[in-house]
Amino acid sequence: MKITKAEVAHVAKLARLSFSEKEMELFTEQLNQILLYMEKLNELNTQHVKPTYHALELTNVMREDKVKPSLATQKVLANAPQADKDMFVVPRVIN
Amino acid sequence: MLAAKTIHELHDLLVKKEIRPQEIVEDVFKRIEAVEDKVKAYLSLTKELALKQAEEAEKKILKGEVSPLTGISLAIKDNICTEGIKTTCASKMLENFVPPYDATVIKALKAEGAVMVGKTNMDEFAMGSSTENSAFQITHNPWDLDRVPGGSSGGSAAAVAADECIAALGSDTGGSIRQPAGFCGVVGVKPTYGCVSRFGLVAFASSLDQIGPLAKDVRDAAILLSAIAGHDPYDSTSAPLEKKDYAQKIGEEIKGIKIGVPKEAFGEGLEEEVKTTLERNIQIFSDLGAEVIEVSLPHLEYAVAVYYIIAPAEASSNLARYDGVKYGFRDKEAGNLIDMYCQTRSKGFGPEVKRRIMLGTYVLSAGYYDAYYKKASQVRTLIKEDFLNAFKQCDFIITPVSPTPAFKIGEKTDDPLQMYLSDIYTIPINLAGVPAISLPGGLSKDRLPIGLQIIGPHFSEVELFKVAYQFEQALGMKEKPEL
Repeated sequence: MKITKAEVAHVAKLARLSFSEKEMELFTEQLNQILLYMEKLNELNTQHVKPTYHALELTNVMREDKVKPSLATQKVLANAPQADKDMFVVPRVIN
Repeated sequence: MLAAKTIHELHDLLVKKEIRPQEIVEDVFKRIEAVEDKVKAYLSLTKELALKQAEEAEKKILKGEVSPLTGISLAIKDNICTEGIKTTCASKMLENFVPPYDATVIKALKAEGAVMVGKTNMDEFAMGSSTENSAFQITHNPWDLDRVPGGSSGGSAAAVAADECIAALGSDTGGSIRQPAGFCGVVGVKPTYGCVSRFGLVAFASSLDQIGPLAKDVRDAAILLSAIAGHDPYDSTSAPLEKKDYAQKIGEEIKGIKIGVPKEAFGEGLEEEVKTTLERNIQIFSDLGAEVIEVSLPHLEYAVAVYYIIAPAEASSNLARYDGVKYGFRDKEAGNLIDMYCQTRSKGFGPEVKRRIMLGTYVLSAGYYDAYYKKASQVRTLIKEDFLNAFKQCDFIITPVSPTPAFKIGEKTDDPLQMYLSDIYTIPINLAGVPAISLPGGLSKDRLPIGLQIIGPHFSEVELFKVAYQFEQALGMKEKPEL
């Protein structure tokens, strides 16, 4: 086993996802199968290999520090599940 | 039928004023009405907008301000933001999302006077290889309605193949343009990473995602890429490229060019008919005067494992933004903030998206980062070096697009790993960031398209189109799906 059901539950919590008991079992099984396949990478010795995080190595992409027009507040809020005046409304955070 | 014509054929007719852009729109919609019930390529249709844009295009033509795409009816994958037009990513999470801005590629198309007929179906958030992961509908392959069109740009590929548009835009993270193009018998291009702006493309895996064209022939794909490629200050990973005509070398000979065939391309899982098609395709290159040599990509077999660590890792981070606060779906039942996040995400995302978020969160979590994410990023270096080494010996590399032709709907949905393994030939290209084109290589005995992939070094698109065009002309495939 690469990953236990308890670990899947922990990862779900980190990812802000919740699953039913049945889904949890299916995911544990599928993730195990996938992670087992990933073991393949351990056939390779990569001790001295530099990792690649981007295909093109552009560094320090700079631009002038100048204010440009941005989207109008009301245009942005139009997609909000709940908004009031010029704010997003969320469920109460502090009791 | 105008809808069956190519961009360059229609452009000639428009310039000679033999047809009007509105007639193309009407003909495309006539075709959509006739076949869309069977194909289900579109998530939304924008006929009213299309007619308005066609009218604008006509004014441009009358003033003599014509670009190659002026008045051409195009379909857009539904993960590319279109101002005022719903952009759903085929997800319940974004079912009602109306972008307040246009993606840079859409701005570029509008500037040329192109016409948008609708937004196409896809795997949810571009995660999948069959378009079966759409939260809304299953798209059918126009060549065989019981089969998948491929994915994730399955709607765009099917729409082009079925003549429900003239050409389309898709996005490609691990093969999402090339594999459906291969399955549907059309031309698809994954440009060099950084060639096309990602601004306004809903992010899946940012170090791999590229927007690219799906078209009826190689010349059309080059025309479409010419319109959308180029540097964009709104995308900091955009390469400092000048605007250019990617079709400029189309028609030139390819005598003496060196084509590499990786010996690893003939690995297990490669279906006999795909193999014999590739062999016939190799012969065509020889007949064209190209020198065909064997090359090696020794780390090809590790690409799927690398990809399914890196892409989900980046996705888990990118998709953290769907929290039910700023836009998209919110579960209104939840009483407190944390529950609201969890319920919103659990109800808004489909199973494959959740599987990848889970996988990505796991491989990035404390204690596993080095074993998975770092390890995969190191093997990514080896894969990239494989290509750089191979390109010291040859100018281009050819492989199949997929190990099999289009599979049956439902065939692989219960086995995510099998689905992932069907991407073996397309994934390494995104990891290395090089460009590749997928175009028809032939038909199977069941009349299913079999694709050929041609891969070039970074920023070699102009040459890539030249080579692909010569092959396309030599093959001379005229068959179309019967619908």
